[in-house]
Amino acid sequence: MKNNHNIFKNILMFYVNGFKRMTVGKTLWAIIIIKLFIIFAILKFFFFPDFLKTNFTNKEERQNHVIEQLTNPNK
Amino acid sequence: MIEKIDLSLVDWSRAQFALTAFYHWFFIPITIGLTYMVAIMNTIYVKTGSEEWKRITKFWMTLFGINFAIGVATGIIMEFEFGTNWSYYSWFVGDIFGAPLAIEGIMAFFLESTFIAVMFFGWGRVSKQFHLLSSWLVAFGASLSALWILVANGWMQDPVGMTFNLDTARNEMTDFWAVLFSPIAINKFLHTIASGFVIASLFVVAVCAWYLLKKRDLVFAKKSMIVGAIFGLISSLFLAFTGDGSAYWVAQKQPVKLAAMEGLYNGKTDAGLVAIGVLNPKKKIGNNENEFLFKVEIPKMLSLLAYRSSKAFVPGINDFVNGNEEYNVEPTLSRIDKGKKALNALITYKKAVKESNTSLAEESEKVFRENYRYMGYGYFKNPKDVIPNVPFIFYSFHVMVMLGFYFIGLFLLILFLLFKDKIQKYKWLLRIGIFSFPLGYLASQTGWIVAEVGRQPWVIQDLMPTMVATSRLQTTSVMITFWLFVALFTSLLIAEIKIMLTQIKLGPESKKGGSNV
Repeated sequence: MKNNHNIFKNILMFYVNGFKRMTVGKTLWAIIIIKLFIIFAILKFFFFPDFLKTNFTNKEERQNHVIEQLTNPNK
Repeated sequence: MIEKIDLSLVDWSRAQFALTAFYHWFFIPITIGLTYMVAIMNTIYVKTGSEEWKRITKFWMTLFGINFAIGVATGIIMEFEFGTNWSYYSWFVGDIFGAPLAIEGIMAFFLESTFIAVMFFGWGRVSKQFHLLSSWLVAFGASLSALWILVANGWMQDPVGMTFNLDTARNEMTDFWAVLFSPIAINKFLHTIASGFVIASLFVVAVCAWYLLKKRDLVFAKKSMIVGAIFGLISSLFLAFTGDGSAYWVAQKQPVKLAAMEGLYNGKTDAGLVAIGVLNPKKKIGNNENEFLFKVEIPKMLSLLAYRSSKAFVPGINDFVNGNEEYNVEPTLSRIDKGKKALNALITYKKAVKESNTSLAEESEKVFRENYRYMGYGYFKNPKDVIPNVPFIFYSFHVMVMLGFYFIGLFLLILFLLFKDKIQKYKWLLRIGIFSFPLGYLASQTGWIVAEVGRQPWVIQDLMPTMVATSRLQTTSVMITFWLFVALFTSLLIAEIKIMLTQIKLGPESKKGGSNV
């Protein structure tokens, strides 16, 4: 049990020390966090809803709509 | 059938996807290629114990880290677009696209993310051997991620290993191995990662050339350049080899694309390969104008490369439009007829199921399955509509091929002068080395145009035209997201270039200490 605890502690410290010793990496992490925020919190949330899930409530409605579009795409 | 679809919506959706893929590909080749070169440099360090090679490895690892960090997750936007802009397509492809992308996500996370941390943080903290192993695993992980994406793309070019479920309107995977080992997918994977290797090599050569021109860090620059040029030469040769494989399979599975790549309107035996040519802008399908204003042709080479026989018949665009009985090329009107049968059978099947008419449902399903592989043709009236943009494909293909051969020559010349220890005297070559880096992107983007625009009007070859795949959204909303992406990706690219240039100017001396990225 104690050995397991040490392994986890070592892995954690490996990452903690790694991040502490970063130089350029700090700027890069800032870019990554801002980018992920824009992608997931803004783009995905406001601009990229799942078209079929948003407009149809269940699987049957979705498949019927797709078949309708496949067989008569003008509608 | 599709004449009433809003073409501006389709065009903006295509432009948005193309833009996302275009920018995503700015980051990917360096990630894919530089990982291998970093692993090679790290191997030399572990073998020799030389501090110089440790410094070299750390420097290139830093540039790899910058590129990886800025490029990571740019591809996920394409998955958003599948759900929003291409929802009918996403539904239609079902788990065939979902499975490889899910595997890619898991692999990217476990292999790359885990071992990248060891690679960057592990200097002096894990054994040299484990650190080296991590470098190689990051390289393999990056390539494996690309494999699954390109398997999905390969299926779009040659849909295999599936059956269409008429009740759910989805394709269901029946043979995972047929999808994974589709020759189109395998060749596409090998050709694409090889192009990434070449771009990354050109990047290494360009940075080293800059140091040599500036007369600084000379030992570092020459040693790095040797790795870059050898890796680049091997990759360029492999690129030519896999390019031949790709073109061979295009001839078997997408012969219209091959005809467009070569500007071939009238099919012929003993067909020559156009080395250089200028298309006649007056040439249209069905008229008697000459195909070229000027061309230099390698006799019989197209027949040989496409069908492995110098006497083979290579069908042209007119053969596909009008058919060619002698060489068993089916006219497009016949395909359109079969496609309409498939679509009508699908309508009848749904009606029969609704009315619980089992015999009619079975009969219509049979007709549907007999004609399914032509279903996409059922959306067209005019046979000319299934022909891609010939000049765009022809010139893109020839630019890509010419640049491919140019890179082989460039790497050979650089290596020759490096081994003679005369590279510094040839400043013009060093300048060419710097300016050749963007040419690597030009070659790979034109290659991508050949692959993706060359298969138009299909989003899934012969089954689904691009127009049918698009969600019926407001065009303005697609335009807004298009310009948002332009702003986001351009900002990321500027950040990448700025941070990269800063690190390059700082040089390898900054990597003498214990700092990682």
